[in-house]
Amino acid sequence: MHLAYPAVLAALLFCVGVYGVLARRNVVLVLMSVELMLNAVNLNLVAFDVWLRDTLHAGQALTLFTITVAAAEIGLGLAVVLLVFRTRGTADIDRITALGDPAEDAPAVGEPAAELKGRPAA
Amino acid sequence: MNLALPVLVPVLPALGAAATLATGRRAPGFVRPLAVLPVAAAAVLALVVALQLGTGHSFDASTRLAPTGGPGIFLSVHLDGYSSLISVLVGLVAVCVQVYSTAYLKEDPRYPSYAALVSLFTAAMFLVVYSGDLIVLLVGWEVMGICSYFLIGHHWESADARGASLKAFLVTKLGDVPFLFGIFLLGADAGTFRIDGVLAAAAEGRLGHPTLTALLLLAGVAGKSAQFPLHTWLPDAMAGPTPVSALIHAATMVAAGIYLVARLLPVFLLSGAALVVLAVMAAVTMVGSALCALAQDDLKRVLAYSTVGQLGYMAGALAAGDREAAVFHLVSHGAFKALLFLAAGVVIHAAHTNSISAMSRIPGLRTKVPDAYWTMGIALVALVGLPPFSGFFSKEAVFTAAEHAATGEALTNGLGPADAVPAAAGWIVLVSAGLTAVLTAAYATRMWLVAFHGKPAAGPQATAPEQGAPYSPEPDEVDPGQVEPPAMRWPLWVLAVPTMAFGITSLRTDWLPELLDGGPLRPSTATAVIGTGLALVGILVSYAAWRATTVRPATARRAGEERVPEQAGPPAVEHVPGDPGRRLLGPLYRPAQHGFGVDRLYSALFVRPTTAAARLVRFLDREVVETYVRGAGQGTNLLGWLVRRTQTGNAQTYLSALLAGAVLLAVLVAVGS
Repeated sequence: MHLAYPAVLAALLFCVGVYGVLARRNVVLVLMSVELMLNAVNLNLVAFDVWLRDTLHAGQALTLFTITVAAAEIGLGLAVVLLVFRTRGTADIDRITALGDPAEDAPAVGEPAAELKGRPAA
Repeated sequence: MNLALPVLVPVLPALGAAATLATGRRAPGFVRPLAVLPVAAAAVLALVVALQLGTGHSFDASTRLAPTGGPGIFLSVHLDGYSSLISVLVGLVAVCVQVYSTAYLKEDPRYPSYAALVSLFTAAMFLVVYSGDLIVLLVGWEVMGICSYFLIGHHWESADARGASLKAFLVTKLGDVPFLFGIFLLGADAGTFRIDGVLAAAAEGRLGHPTLTALLLLAGVAGKSAQFPLHTWLPDAMAGPTPVSALIHAATMVAAGIYLVARLLPVFLLSGAALVVLAVMAAVTMVGSALCALAQDDLKRVLAYSTVGQLGYMAGALAAGDREAAVFHLVSHGAFKALLFLAAGVVIHAAHTNSISAMSRIPGLRTKVPDAYWTMGIALVALVGLPPFSGFFSKEAVFTAAEHAATGEALTNGLGPADAVPAAAGWIVLVSAGLTAVLTAAYATRMWLVAFHGKPAAGPQATAPEQGAPYSPEPDEVDPGQVEPPAMRWPLWVLAVPTMAFGITSLRTDWLPELLDGGPLRPSTATAVIGTGLALVGILVSYAAWRATTVRPATARRAGEERVPEQAGPPAVEHVPGDPGRRLLGPLYRPAQHGFGVDRLYSALFVRPTTAAARLVRFLDREVVETYVRGAGQGTNLLGWLVRRTQTGNAQTYLSALLAGAVLLAVLVAVGS
């Protein structure tokens, strides 16, 4: 089988994952999109392992590592999502912006603050 | 002699000042004793020290205060006839002033700090008088300067007092800077700051730059002793309380400069040029100030200009090489001028005005304050210099000194060769002193007649001063029901005693002269006749002018009043009755009233350029420097605001930006390679 098929498939999967991460609003779906991206990478690892005929099969071993780490990560991620949903009542990523810095009005330029000015000229 | 006694003399008032400052607020009952007793004890000790020392001896003790690597600084005491005489004067005047102040500033809420400053001032003057080391002397000198600043500004609510205190401080500091360099030069040349070492070096001719040193020292002396051209602070300093004028601006602080020159006279005798400069300074000062005094309307300003003139006499005696005469006049002037100021304080509070023309309109002023009237008369006669009052003898001593210097046989009394004094200096002093004697008699008579013997005028405008005249008013503090409390009356009579009798001590060479250098102080017949004659001429001219002015305008005014009803408001200048000064001075009256425009000249020469430079600096600071500072702050703010705009809290936005950046980098790398 030519390398192009799994590579294109992995690229498509990755793009779907990127789109999901950037565009989906539900956190669970965002996590699933992350999984899609990871699996795209896994697919690449396996495909190139075969393609390079690596005797040590480093690609396959690394894939197993990635799957394990992904499982742990999704477990943690879902736990976080669960807690966020319980405390905030929503799993909507657009509305979870507590760590942001709300922007104020633009500072005035030109006229200095009163305490900088000192006494007016006599 | 026990060293503790002379050491205690300056220490006691200083401790009293500290105690007054510490307890003044919490225990107001202790303020008066704490103010008077240490000063009185110091005065008694000064007298005891003087008596123990006796005549013709001197006493020196010193301990190294600070090793400097160069000439060391010594905490040393030097006692001789000069220091004991002046310390007794300082003690006497300080006690009188402290006692007087207890009544004069009775209602003043700031009396504790005032009393503490007067005590501290007295301590500093004692230190100057007793110190045998120039650096320690300078410490006392500067402490007096700062005390004077605070005391002139005692009524700091009024702009006059604030301005006067600043002016006094700045003008005296202007003289003190060259003075400091003069002391350094003296120390570098002589290898020591101790006065006996300096004098020994002067005697051996080891001083390398006598003229420069003497001129630098003269600048400080001119500042402190109010000599032309640094005299302008003294008349304005009358904005302070009257006892302060008596203590500081008549008897002690201004005498410090004269005392210093007297101590260092051998150094000055090395330089004929410096003596001529001193003589010219003294001549300009005494003639100019006497003319100004003749035109002043403010009682205290008359006395202030008179002080400037009498200090000119002392400086003139020093320029003639006779420090005995100078110190003699210093002491007798200290007594009668302090008396004049204290009496003026009583009169001013009785009249509620400083203006003598306003006093002349108050009916029966002299019966209201009989003690002040008589003591002031005594002091004025002493000031004019009529025998047998002290001023006569001391002024004659100055005349004699100038006369001898003019004929080339100056009375240096062994401090230097008689031909060290240029005859020109003697002539300058002699002529100006004669002229000043006439003027002094004239203004003293004018002040006396106008203030006490004016025709009382009907009408409510009795306390308004003459318009346009310089005026140093002072808030009233004394209960008008009791204008002469005993604490204010007795110091007058105590001071009247030396005013009347001190001159007698000069008659025999084993009295006062033996305490000093031993030269004769007895007036010679020729100068005595000339001096008294000049004084009488001044008195008669002034009296005649007063008669002429009081009689004629009085009738003219009465006629005018019937035609034009008098308006309410301040009186016009024409309504000042009987001022002989205006008639005597003629066209000089206006300029003399304003001190011959010296203030205006200084204002144009120094004050205005300085304020213009200050405005320029302020403009540069406000508009140029501060723009950059503000710009730095505002730029950072703007940048911070922009960055905050991106911190929305939406993780997907961040990731999008991250991805866009990554893609951009990848594209750039791909294109670049």
